[in-house]
Amino acid sequence: MNWRLFAPVIAIVVFALLWEAVVWVNDWPNYKMASPSDLGPAFWKFRWLFLEYGWDTLWRTVAGLLLSVLVGLLLGMIMGLNRTMRDALYPLLVGFNAIPKATVVPIIALLFVGAHDMNTILIAFLISFFPIAVSVSIGLSTLEPEYRDILAALGASRFTIFWKIALPKTLPEFFGALKVAVTLAFIGTNLMEIVEPHGRGLGHLFDSGKISADYPLMFAVLIALAVLGILLYYVVVVLERIFAGWAERSPT
Amino acid sequence: MDTNSPAGVQTQGPEEGRPVGGQPPSDALIDIRGVKLAYETKDGRLPVLDGVDMQVPEGGFVAVVGPSGCGKSTLTRLIAGLLEPNAGEVWLHGERVTGPKSSVGMAFQNPVLLEWRSVLRNVTLPLELVAPRMPKREKEERALRLLTLVGLEGFERKRPSELSGGMRQRASLCRSIVHKPEVLILDEPFGALDAFTREDLWQTMQKVKSEEPFTGVMITHDLRESIFLADQVIVLSGRPAFTQFTMEIPWKGERDLDLLYTAEGAEMLGELRDQIQIAQGRSPREADA
Repeated sequence: MNWRLFAPVIAIVVFALLWEAVVWVNDWPNYKMASPSDLGPAFWKFRWLFLEYGWDTLWRTVAGLLLSVLVGLLLGMIMGLNRTMRDALYPLLVGFNAIPKATVVPIIALLFVGAHDMNTILIAFLISFFPIAVSVSIGLSTLEPEYRDILAALGASRFTIFWKIALPKTLPEFFGALKVAVTLAFIGTNLMEIVEPHGRGLGHLFDSGKISADYPLMFAVLIALAVLGILLYYVVVVLERIFAGWAERSPT
Repeated sequence: MDTNSPAGVQTQGPEEGRPVGGQPPSDALIDIRGVKLAYETKDGRLPVLDGVDMQVPEGGFVAVVGPSGCGKSTLTRLIAGLLEPNAGEVWLHGERVTGPKSSVGMAFQNPVLLEWRSVLRNVTLPLELVAPRMPKREKEERALRLLTLVGLEGFERKRPSELSGGMRQRASLCRSIVHKPEVLILDEPFGALDAFTREDLWQTMQKVKSEEPFTGVMITHDLRESIFLADQVIVLSGRPAFTQFTMEIPWKGERDLDLLYTAEGAEMLGELRDQIQIAQGRSPREADA
């Protein structure tokens, strides 16, 4: 048995058992704290909604994330390749990032009432582009001049230097930021789904559970979110292995 | 393969359209005449080069030595066309240098290999720009030949991170000459290596020079390296630098390390050391006294 696969499974089982034990020892009713054994029936009862709303949450998060990769790369390039633009934009970005996104959620929700998909994607994007923009700009602006010179001396254009050297060299930083961004985007999606009335997605299912005092359902949504989060994170890890695996040193 | 022709190569020097008049002042391949350059800093103008002269004939190899920070690296950037002088002229093969040329190869103290490419694909990089239409197989054969020449056969599929410092520098050397540049510019290529590896690299350098002839300019801090490898050693003064002293090396072709320990070698090294001390603003032998 491969321990690298086996060990996390054991950890999850132990965690579930401890959780069950805590609820059982304290004799908590399920409207105070649901136990893992309550989750099965909750999942089964709402299995179609879980699939449907899980898909909503997933694709909205991915769409928001793609948007923030695009915009983050673009902003990172602008700030990484041009000193003046970096000086001009940096304080603005830091200020924007400092605003707690929970306060932006109602503003967006009121701005485009009823446009659930767009609102959700927008928040997922707004919350997650910052780390990408910053890491790409740092990666580009710290490129050693010799890297530029070996191609510039051959008459290479700025674009060629960017494409052949600067961009691939920045990929490890980019994927580091993407791992942070994927979690943030996921949080953004759920914030909006919980707040918006008549919405869809796992966030909305959570809110329904709250309104109807269905505690096992609320906990089941949390577990579903955790599973989706793990899935998204490891997709990024696999992409990183493929595109920036060279940065990982073999253990010697 | 004709890499000397710029056909199919995009040179995008900033001064592409500038009319270039006059005749080359001599038939030297690299001809630098009265070059002056100052950097604009926030504390005002910082003159770096103040009248540098240098002529390198085709196939010649010149070593440039001088005190730290005297503008040696600036000089290499001028020859590569990455900088333009404020005054004076840089000529390359009868043409005034006004921007980057595809006929230049560069290697630095930092081997700057691309970690995401194999050693082989690092070496073929300049060919992708200079000879984009060359078949991939031909590019790789050329790169492989050079890697074999410097003793890196069997390492062509490895990542640069799997190589030692000396091996990385060998790969960097291959990359700088793969496109048969008219001029090879070496900026302290062996500066970061230990003494034994450095002497190995000197031998490799000689082998490369006899198999793949080039015209070269090498910046170095190592006087023994300069007389062992070069045909001519130029001493630059302290900043702002001018050509203070030129020494012709009588040794020809491939050399033996023992030459450095002959009376002739010792005499040349002594002379150069005196000149460096003058360049540093001290009188000769003052440091010994």
